[in-house]
Amino acid sequence: MDIQSLLAAATDGHGAVNPWAAVAYLVSGVFFILALRGLSSPASSQRGNRFGMIGMTIAVVTTLVTHVPMKIGDATNSYVGIDAVAMAEILAAIGIGAVIGIVMARRIAMTAMPQLVAAFHSLVGLAAVAVAAAAYLNPLAFGIADAAGQIYTVSRIEMGLGIAIGAITFSGSVIAFLKLNGNMSGAPIMLPARHVINLGTLAAIIGLVAYFTFDQSPWVFWTVTALSFLIGFLLIIPIGGADMPVVVSMLNSYSGWAAAAMGFTLGNTAMIITGALVGSSGAILSYIMCRAMNRSFISVIAGGFGGDDAAAGAGGAKEQRPWKPGSADDAAFLMSQAENVIIVPGYGMAVAQAQHALREMGDLLKKEGVNVKYAIHPVAGRMPGHMNVLLAEANVPYDEVFELEDINGEFAQCDVAFVIGANDVTNPSAKTDKSSPIYGMPVLDVEKAKTVLFVKRSMGGVGYAGVDNDVFYMDQTMMLLGDAKKMADDIVKALNGGGH
Amino acid sequence: MDFIAIFSIFILACFVGYFVVWSVTPALHTPLMSVTNAISSVIIVGALIASAAAGSATSKWLGLAAVVMASINIFGGFAVTARMLAMYKKKER
Repeated sequence: MDIQSLLAAATDGHGAVNPWAAVAYLVSGVFFILALRGLSSPASSQRGNRFGMIGMTIAVVTTLVTHVPMKIGDATNSYVGIDAVAMAEILAAIGIGAVIGIVMARRIAMTAMPQLVAAFHSLVGLAAVAVAAAAYLNPLAFGIADAAGQIYTVSRIEMGLGIAIGAITFSGSVIAFLKLNGNMSGAPIMLPARHVINLGTLAAIIGLVAYFTFDQSPWVFWTVTALSFLIGFLLIIPIGGADMPVVVSMLNSYSGWAAAAMGFTLGNTAMIITGALVGSSGAILSYIMCRAMNRSFISVIAGGFGGDDAAAGAGGAKEQRPWKPGSADDAAFLMSQAENVIIVPGYGMAVAQAQHALREMGDLLKKEGVNVKYAIHPVAGRMPGHMNVLLAEANVPYDEVFELEDINGEFAQCDVAFVIGANDVTNPSAKTDKSSPIYGMPVLDVEKAKTVLFVKRSMGGVGYAGVDNDVFYMDQTMMLLGDAKKMADDIVKALNGGGH
Repeated sequence: MDFIAIFSIFILACFVGYFVVWSVTPALHTPLMSVTNAISSVIIVGALIASAAAGSATSKWLGLAAVVMASINIFGGFAVTARMLAMYKKKER
């Protein structure tokens, strides 16, 4: 046996992969693991991101070198060798993507990060669909078919799963993007008998993928594709705005599984390792988000939560209770006299673009000798970790920002809890009232602070869950009604004027 | 490579993913998402193979379209992650 056939035997079955290329893909996979490992602390995170870039460069260069487009001579042209035009097209495609990607990354506002991530997920999904379709149309080029053009059975299953997951990721992410970007209402759209429709479609997809192993005709392949696009759309439309952090995480997971399925088709370890990493990452983030809202994954998928119905239902039963109003001057005085202040920001703070004014307020308080900390609830933003990014953008040092379980014990010792743009995540009824829709959700214990300053637009509105918050009516609470940014600015002015 | 070998790598990688992701600090969950987004575009490998292969024009153009999409994700994903991570600063002492 000569070397060539030995190598071929070593990589038989799943694509004719050159062993050196296989090693390079494995190295690239290891770099991706290191990239995620780097995110265990902000200090090592930038190095982690660079590892990711190195891994990607290795994977892309290896593929470019091992899959050079070749021209095979024909009757009119006897040239045999590198197809320069095809190579230029490929490099141009990478270049176009690079320009679009970098421009998007530079321009995007940090508040719009969830939309950007959803848009990126949809691209992974669509790319997976395109690759699976390309492999279906030209299976010999991927080494997944015999000489007669019959695709291997295993490859058919992998390909079917790849295109299904890819298509679901694409259409689901498009809907998530439209909802997050405000092009589509965040209210759930409930089709009649939607569970029957969804389960039926899902069963049809699974059945057709199984049938695909017997019959590789185009109608089977394209029907699976069309039904998968449809189910992705159907699965996300009934999910309300409040559950979007779970949806974004879930789609993150799907985009990983899509990459893994294509990795199986191509026998590519870099794709399989990455797919498994991303798939688990998204699944864990979905779990963390569900736990933070005390919602089960099934109930999120079933949809219907966080719509207008819930808000309207709770609004009717509200009673009038006395509450204490306060001004920016009062707030400035109380906080400058305090020893410990914990700031609790929510998404309303980010919507009002109050993060810079808030950080300035924190700086002035620190100058007065006040110990300032920030407390973040896992669902404070619109995607996992979103609030941390928004505070980091406003130059709040990350070692002053604490997660719920790390800081919850400190509210009892703190003089002032300053809640801005958050509501449900501070509601003590989640701990005591079994009839509350948010019962069981972990909340920040702001009611234990000596004084609570609650910045809120008006007394009328309620949070996503549509429940009243007892903290508003407590003796130690002062309601600071107004726009979050204006209130923070006014407090800064009062601190500047009164303090010195 | 045979299916079982690939499948073993996949299952082990799922475990690696599980432990590595739980060790990511919650403060960096948004960058985690954008970087996983970038790396899942390693699917560009399949797109490049399709674009370079002779035999089917449709397959080649699908491949090139996938190269553009994956490349947007790779460059955009790593760039936006780098932009976010650069904002995380420690307290000045």
